[in-house]
Amino acid sequence: MMRLRRIGALVRRHYYLYCGSLSRIVDMVYWPLMSLALWGFLSAYLQQSRLDLPAVVPVFLGALILWDVLFRSQIGVCMVFLEEIWSRNLVGIFISPLSTGEFVAAQLLVGFLRTLISSGAMVLLAALAYGFNLFDMGFALVGFYVNLIVMGWSIGLIVTGMVLRFGQGAEGMAWAIIFFFQPISAVFYPVSALPVWLQPLSLATPAASVFEGMRAVLSHGSFDTGLMVRAVGLNIVYVAVGASFFAIMLRLARRDGQLVTIGE
Amino acid sequence: MADSPSVLEVEGLTKSYRNTLAVDGLSFALAPGEIFGLIGANGAGKTTAISMVLGLVTPTGGRIRIFGLDPEKHRRKVLARMNFSSPYVALPQRLTVLENLRVYADLYGVPHPRARIDALCRQFDITDLRHKRYGQLSSGQKTRVSMAKALLNDPGLLLLDEPTASLDPEVAESIRGYLLSYRETRKAAIVVSSHNMQEVERVCDRLLILKQGKTVAQGSPREVLARYGSTDLETLFIAIMRKGQA
Repeated sequence: MMRLRRIGALVRRHYYLYCGSLSRIVDMVYWPLMSLALWGFLSAYLQQSRLDLPAVVPVFLGALILWDVLFRSQIGVCMVFLEEIWSRNLVGIFISPLSTGEFVAAQLLVGFLRTLISSGAMVLLAALAYGFNLFDMGFALVGFYVNLIVMGWSIGLIVTGMVLRFGQGAEGMAWAIIFFFQPISAVFYPVSALPVWLQPLSLATPAASVFEGMRAVLSHGSFDTGLMVRAVGLNIVYVAVGASFFAIMLRLARRDGQLVTIGE
Repeated sequence: MADSPSVLEVEGLTKSYRNTLAVDGLSFALAPGEIFGLIGANGAGKTTAISMVLGLVTPTGGRIRIFGLDPEKHRRKVLARMNFSSPYVALPQRLTVLENLRVYADLYGVPHPRARIDALCRQFDITDLRHKRYGQLSSGQKTRVSMAKALLNDPGLLLLDEPTASLDPEVAESIRGYLLSYRETRKAAIVVSSHNMQEVERVCDRLLILKQGKTVAQGSPREVLARYGSTDLETLFIAIMRKGQA
């Protein structure tokens, strides 16, 4: 009960922040909708060009929406932490009875809620403007969505740990790091399209399995259980690495006094 | 240590960063209802010492006991019974005063948060500011809101960094009066870090002067002044800080 109240307190803090900041709300949906509009028109054009590409519109738009889930999940986790640094509130949070686990839980929950809002807007636009219904994927969508959320959380925790350790100099990583994963996550093309030497790296990301699985569902209507199992297995490793990294960085930050000086 | 009468016990507390010894063997203890002044020039080690008590910085050596407990092992239990206020630590700027206090009331598990917030708002004369964004307040108003936040959980140990900075003399005096009555009614131990020597003399039962991480003097203001043959703390403080500089 108490634990939930403390987690809820941080969620409430971000709810208040977003309710009082139109620019933050617009930011959450503006970019996803703009990129969807761009890719939607491109996909429609390719479809009309009668190129030998399978299910261009659903594959591209599905990939774009799911990619945004991964990106928003990761950035959402980072933003919770960065907002505390920007408002010089981190010390207040860390001297409260909120445990590290509760702080991380709140981070993940806020990240998830942000993702729901932006992907909700994208799903709506895709349905209204391009007649693409993401829910046509059926129950497989739940598996894809959850795996991407969890991968985003893991990367978000690593970035948060880096900001803790290296200060605001590492802040740019919050926006940049996910784009390292984009080319190897096989978002818009199959893993086989990558150079052979890059394919093992691609297969080591949960996202590649998700996007391969998504294409199988949208192009052939078949759900590949093996890909889903691999994504879940990799995510277990990613979460363990992300959480451990964050915990180690927090310990080092306490040792070196960075919790006090961060943001100065 | 569970039956320790001290609210806070610090023994041989040391913190070093690579080549710098920030705090060197600091020792003191605080009884319930005691106000303790931690004074020293900028960079003397006051903030580091307070940060170690708050669990923000890991000590290199020494021991801390809060309410008789090891804060490393009983972090949550200890933090729930203490609080901190500093003009250098802000609250979220875009949230209103009421929203900020509500968030912290939940973080500290304050029972009946609305009633507690109302009482503190009246106490610190910030009722009219409740729906204003924290970022729009003057620095004096922010200090009062920060004090209200620090008292939300009715702490048994209160750490205050420059509690009356940016306040006009009248409000500063009312805050000092409140601290004196709070320690009386709550039997709370209060650590005050301040550069205002008159304030330290006025409210502190005992004080500790830090210089380059080391304890230079410790005792009641009267004892410390007598030991150095000084008439006021400000003159003594300047003399101690200048000693060895020539």
